[in-house]
Order: sequence, then C-alpha cells, then structure tokens
Amino acid sequence: MNTFEISVEAGWKEICAVEDIPVLGSRVVKAARGGDIAIFRNAEGEVFALHDKCPHKQGPLSQGIVHGRQVTCPLHSWKIELDSGNAVAPDVGCTKSFEVKVEGGRVLLKV
Amino acid sequence: MKKMKLVMIGNGMAGCRTLEELLKLAPDLYDITVFGAEPHGNYNRILLSPVLAGEMTLPEIMLNDLDWYRDNAITLHAGKMVTKIDRVKRKVIAADGTEAEYDRLLIATGSTPFIPPMPGADLPGVLAYRDIGDTEAMIEASTKYKHAVVIGAGLLGLEAANGLMLRGMSVTVVHLGDWIMERQLDKPAADMLQASLEAKGMNFLLPKQTEALVRGESGRVAAVRFKDGMEIPADLVVVAAGIRPNFALAESAGIYCGTGRARGIAVSDTLQTVTDPRVYAVGECVAHRGIAYGLVAPLFEQGKVCANHLANFGIGRYEGSVTSTKLKVTGIDVFSAGDFSGGPDTEDIVLHDKQGGVYKRIVIKHNRIVGSVLYGDTADGSWYFQLMKDGQDIHAIRDHLMFGQNNLGDAGHKGENKAASMPDTAEVCGCNGVCKGTIVKAIKEKGLFTLDEVKKHTKAASSCGSCTGLVEQILASTVGGAYQAVSAHDKPVCGCTELSHGDVRKAIRDHKLLSIPETMETLSWKTPNGCSTCRPALNYYLISTWPHEAKDDPQSRFINERAHANIQKDGTYSVVPQMLGGVTTPAELKRIAEVAEKYNVPTVKVTGGQRIDLLGIKKEDLPHVWKDLGMPSGHAYGKSIRTVKTCVGAEHCRFGTQRSMSMGIDLEKMLFGMWSPHKVKLAVSGCPRNCAEAGIKDVGVIGVDSGWELYVAGNGGIKTEVAQFLCKVQTREEVMEYSGAFLQLYREEGYYLERTVHYVERVGLEHVKKHVLENAENRKALYERLLYALQDAKDPWAERYAADAAPAVRREFEILEA
Repeated sequence: MNTFEISVEAGWKEICAVEDIPVLGSRVVKAARGGDIAIFRNAEGEVFALHDKCPHKQGPLSQGIVHGRQVTCPLHSWKIELDSGNAVAPDVGCTKSFEVKVEGGRVLLKV
Repeated sequence: MKKMKLVMIGNGMAGCRTLEELLKLAPDLYDITVFGAEPHGNYNRILLSPVLAGEMTLPEIMLNDLDWYRDNAITLHAGKMVTKIDRVKRKVIAADGTEAEYDRLLIATGSTPFIPPMPGADLPGVLAYRDIGDTEAMIEASTKYKHAVVIGAGLLGLEAANGLMLRGMSVTVVHLGDWIMERQLDKPAADMLQASLEAKGMNFLLPKQTEALVRGESGRVAAVRFKDGMEIPADLVVVAAGIRPNFALAESAGIYCGTGRARGIAVSDTLQTVTDPRVYAVGECVAHRGIAYGLVAPLFEQGKVCANHLANFGIGRYEGSVTSTKLKVTGIDVFSAGDFSGGPDTEDIVLHDKQGGVYKRIVIKHNRIVGSVLYGDTADGSWYFQLMKDGQDIHAIRDHLMFGQNNLGDAGHKGENKAASMPDTAEVCGCNGVCKGTIVKAIKEKGLFTLDEVKKHTKAASSCGSCTGLVEQILASTVGGAYQAVSAHDKPVCGCTELSHGDVRKAIRDHKLLSIPETMETLSWKTPNGCSTCRPALNYYLISTWPHEAKDDPQSRFINERAHANIQKDGTYSVVPQMLGGVTTPAELKRIAEVAEKYNVPTVKVTGGQRIDLLGIKKEDLPHVWKDLGMPSGHAYGKSIRTVKTCVGAEHCRFGTQRSMSMGIDLEKMLFGMWSPHKVKLAVSGCPRNCAEAGIKDVGVIGVDSGWELYVAGNGGIKTEVAQFLCKVQTREEVMEYSGAFLQLYREEGYYLERTVHYVERVGLEHVKKHVLENAENRKALYERLLYALQDAKDPWAERYAADAAPAVRREFEILEA
C-alpha cells in the first residue's frame, strides 16, 4: 500500500495523480452515493470538482470543453463556473461543488 | 498603482455604451466621472416615440439606472452641465462650479435639435423633440390642447406626429421638401407612406415654408403662418427640422470641429480628437471623416472602438458605417438603405403594387446593390442591406432578387416573414420553445440591441439557427432604427477576440501558426485559453492549414470528436460503423447484431445516411464495442466527411447508366478521415432518376449515359437548398478530382461551422468555378493538397482500443473510484 495514502487526513480521499487528468480536461469519479463527480484541471493547474450534472438538463459536464475557470456543457452549451458550480449569466442555476485539493501531486477529494 | 482619471461629458447612449465596453475590457483601469445635463441615468432615446405614443413608460426605457453607476463606482453628476474644458490644467468645470480632473476625457455631448430662425420660435408651446423633458411636455400638452403642428417630416417628425395623434390631438405635419422623408425615401415610397398616414388621420402641408409662429392672447403659441400667407391654428408646435452635432463646448476648448457642412468634433479612426490625443469623442457630436451619424448603430460601433483604445488594447479602427433606416409607425413598414436615388450609371429593379401597398426599389451599379427602398413589405430589407454592405456580386441571383431571400430556396420558414404581425404567442424558436412575446419582452426590458444578446438571454436562435432571420426581424421591428445587421463576414469569432474568422485563417496561414497557444498569443486573445466557440474553430483552422505539422488538440474539440461517438441527451453515446456507400455484408451484419446483444444496446436504427446506428452505449464501453465490431469509425459525429449515399446503379438497376455503388465507395474511401468546417455529405446516383437524392448534398454526383454530372452546395437540413450544377465530366478519375478539389477549396476557405451552401453563397459559384473548372493546374493542386492532408488517415477507433494506445487516450474512457 502506498504510504502516502495512510497519511491522508480523515474525510479526504485520494483519487488519482494530477497528471491523470488531462490539462483543460476532466475525469469522472464514481461516488458511493449521489451520482458521478467530475474532476476538472485547467491550464493553470487548478483542480475543481463538481457534480457531473448540468443544472439545465443534467448534461455530463465532465464531457464539456474547459476554458479559464469555466466548463461549457456538451448538451446545450451552458457555461458553468468551475469553483462555485454557478451557471454563467444570463443562465440561472447551480451544480453542487465539492472540496478538492492537490498534495504532493495527488488529487484529494473531500468525501 | 494609482488609477487614471477618465471624465465623460454627456450621459447619453453612445457615451454609456462606450463605458460599458470599457468596463468589460478593463474594469479597474480608471476612476470614472460622468457629467450629464439631464437629471436622469442613461435612457434609450430611441424608445421615446413609444413613450409618447403611450406604449411604454419612462422606467421601462432606462438603460442604466442610478444603481449601475454606483455598482461600477462611477461618479455621476446628473443635471450638471459642463461649461468649460481646461486642456492645460486637464480639468472640466460645470456651471455650478463642480470641477473634475482628467487624464483622459471622453466627449459625448450628442446633438441639439435645429430650430430654424423664425419669429416666435421661443414662445411657450414650441418644442423640439429630443429628450425626456420634451416628451413629457408633449404628453402634458396633449391633455390640454387640440391642435398640434409638427414642422419637419423626417423620421423623428413623423414619429412625434404619430404619437401626438394617438394621444388624441389633431396633427398637421408641415414640410419644406417636395415629399416626406426625402433623405430616406424616393417619391413613390414617400407618397405611399403619406397616403397611409393620411388614412390614419394625419394632415400634411407640403411643400410649405414656415414664416412665423404666432403668439396668442395667453402668451402661448396659437398659430403657424406660412410664406404664402396661409395660417393654421396651433396650440403645440414641435420642431423636428433635423439635428446638429453639439460641439460648442469642444470648440471653445480649441478642439478642431470642422468647417462648412462637415461640422462636428473631428476625430480619427481611433475616436481621438485630431487636436488632443488625450481627448476622445463619440456619438452624434462627432464628425468622423466629415460624417456625423444620427442613428444609434454606428454610434455603438464607435463606442466599441473607442473603449478598446481607452483600455490600452489599441486594436481596431472605426472606418465609418453604412446605415439603413427603418420607420416604425404601427402597421407601416418602411425601409431604406444606401444610395437609393441612383445616378447615370445605375440601374433600377422596381416593383410597384399601388393597390396592394407594396413598393420595392433596388438600385444596382456594376452588378452590386448600392441602395434600396422598401415600402409595405420590408422583410428582405436586412438581406438587401447585407448584400450591399458585403458588396456581393448579384449577377447570378438577379432574376430572383426582387422576390426576396426566401425565394432562393428556404423551406425552413418560408413565407413566415411578417414578424410584426405575428401574435405574441406564436412560437419563433422551435428548438427551445421561445415565443415572440418572450423575445420582445426581453429586448425591451433588458435593453438588447444585437442578435447575440437576444440569443444569450432568450435562447431563441441559439440551437439550430433556422429562426435566426425571424428573430432578427423581431429585433429590428422592436428596436426600430437602432437595429443594424452585422455582417457575418467581419463579425468576431467570439467574445475572446475582435478578429473575424477570415482574419484568423489568414493569420494562421501568413505566420505559419502551428498551435492554439501560439495562435492566441500572436493574435492577442483576450481570454487565457479561449472558449468553447473559438477553440474548436482554431483547432480546425490549424490542422486544415498545416496538415501533418500543426498539432491536433483533443481538448479543443467538441466531445463527439474527442470520444469519436455521438453524445445523446442522457450522456450515453451512439456508435455508427463505417459502411462504405451504404453497402454491407452478412458477416458485418452478424457482427453488429452480436455486439448489440452483448452490450444490451437499447436501440438499433438505420440512419438517413444508409448506415446502422447503435444507440445508448456507455462511454466506458465504447473501446470494447469498437474492438468487438472490428469495423472502422463512420465519423458520424464530426465536422467531417459523413457518408456517401448511393443508389443501386448500373450494378443491378435496369435503368442504371453508371455504376453508382462503386463510385460512392471510391469517393468515401478517398475522403476517409477528412475534417472540414462543417459536416460534409455526398451522394451518387446512377441515373437522372436520382434515387440517392444527390440534389441536396454538399457534393452530388449523378450518372448519365455519357458521364457524370457534378452538383455542389446542396443542403437537406435546416434550410433545404438545391445543389447547384458545377460541371459534367467523363471519367471516374475526373469525378474524384473535381469533387476533391471543390471540397479542398471549401476546407481551405470555409469558416468553421459554415456548410458548403453558405460558403458558396458567400464566395459565389463563379469563384468556385474559377478555381475548380477554369484552371486545371489549380484544380490539380487543390486535389493534391487534399490527398496529402488525408494520407495515412488513421481509424480513430482502432487507435483507441489498440493494445499500445497512449495512456492518455485510454484514460479518456476510464472511470475513477472514490
């Protein structure tokens, strides 16, 4: 077992290496409950986690195009803020966001 | 860092639009102070007519209320008139002594109504029609008095007369010219307009020159007296004899304001005054290249350029505007643009139906539209205007020109061109279920002026786009003169840049740009890594301009092209294997059937392109499905070659003259892996019965006894367009070469998401013929470049399930555990 994994604080779960997420892309995490979570990585190396459902018609945000600190939903092109999960005006809606951080090149998700 | 100080004099539409644009570009660059002579925020002056007519109220036409100034930390001195600009000490001084220093100054003082010198012009009851104060005074007068006289039958005068008439006054319009709106209309159109306004109860006196306004016993104006001695009663006189740029303040500060007829604050193409580069000016107070504009659209264009330079971006020049006019008096449609009076070397196409109330005149010079006047049916005004602005050669469509754009083969919303008469409940956008009322409400309440804004706020025309024309008409009829169609050709790619598709393509070619980051850096992109609109376009331009050299960026492709399958509404995918020419074998069918069973594919469907679609596949299953199928990708998901549809042809058919199946298979093989600006569909029919429906394909091939006929730029989707005949050739090799050359020309010159039909509409079939037919060397070079770009095209599915596939490619399909 990876020694790093043991040192992870309670409540945080190791998901993958940061390199496993493509730059300006995402990976999907199967959560125990509550549906899939999309983990995004932007060009600045920031990592974000959102419920993988667009507030509009539940499109999989993980499959969208990432730009700046936003993702564009693949179904009807709503733009969603990666940090807050809020839809960009004039659209209105919000997707649940999750706490996520990178430590020692590993991506940790608060569960 | 200490912020610079920006002072704006004037608080009207042009100035505030400039500030809005500036705040978008550089929100923290300046401390902004605004002086406005009127005691309000910024309102939509164009909508004063509906206010006068009682259709809207003042709060409804506010564009920037006081909260907007506060939220953007702008100091607003409303109701304070600036009386002095001190360019040495760099400060402005208002009448009440308020002072403000500036690093940069923006003058947007607008215009003042021109009141011809005549006795009695200063009497109570004599008004200009310019601002909220005038409008309120007119509304009040209409409740107390009976007779109104409007002097001047221009756009503004007629709108004022209409409003006063609706408020119950008896209105007479007096005009100096021989016909009304002589600057916008020719005589036949003006006569029709006058007749229909008379039918509504408006009176006209023209040509008539006013001599004096006569004072009544009460001290208020009581009558208007003309040069010929005639006198008519008048309790209210509205002078609408034109506007003059308001440049007195600037001139008193030593800023050059032109001479003779070209009076107005003289500015350069960057909207800086020619006298003082610290001082900018926009709006009706400006004379740019000697022209002062009085319509809002050119002023907004000025504002945009000005903001860009104020923000220190230094991109873009204002090079003048071509304007059009639209009058909105309920139930009467009038449109005019350009030079409609014509001259010795122009020709006219005229349709005049007096009884039916329709008049259309198109003025043509050297096969190009230079002006148009429309009365009664103005639906095609924006189309003519577009053709005029783009300077498009209309030689080929001359016969149909008069009958409008719909006549060129629009099955989408044929005949649905009376936006104004549609009920509010009528559905405009069938994709997103948006009704006319919703669009009109959004335009009015949110102060929308452009098609893009309407799309964003209402979602209308934001999906398939077939209702774009209709939405544009609704926008035009709601905002009236404020609306101006933007030329799609020089429209910026998206909000991340000011450059158009054409500019970007050219820069990529000229500077040999090979990656997206390099392109964005060279072209000063405004956003760090673009958006979902520009990145796919850039990626296509790079790989199509520099095949085998530019790097393809999967993250800049829409998910379908990244996953090589078609995303569905529930997030599952559909898989369409290649089936060349729609021809399959029992063995392939068996494999497809087995895969469908193994992966519990919920729906198996035959597509419109003669293939089999497996729908409802989970993303993580995709590589397994592909591997088990063992067939190449059909590219049924991309901006790429789709299918080549064929009929049975001479192989079996008793009527067939040519072997269409094998021709189709050869074409589809040749084009395998071809990315293009938009999807590309072909069809090959073996005889003129044309069972493969080649007449509505991007490239249609029809076999005849003596060879093959080639048709291009057809479209079967949103707007059914019949393909145009390109040429007739003899051999299979020629079919490949000619269609390949056409497609390569489209690949090199088409704008992203522009179908062949729109591409050919833009460049003209003549252009295509010149490159593909007339010059054999050029045709061969195009064909070679296509073959070069397509050489070694890999099957994207095989690349992904291969044992040695790159980890990054495999990971795309793997789900992580938490």
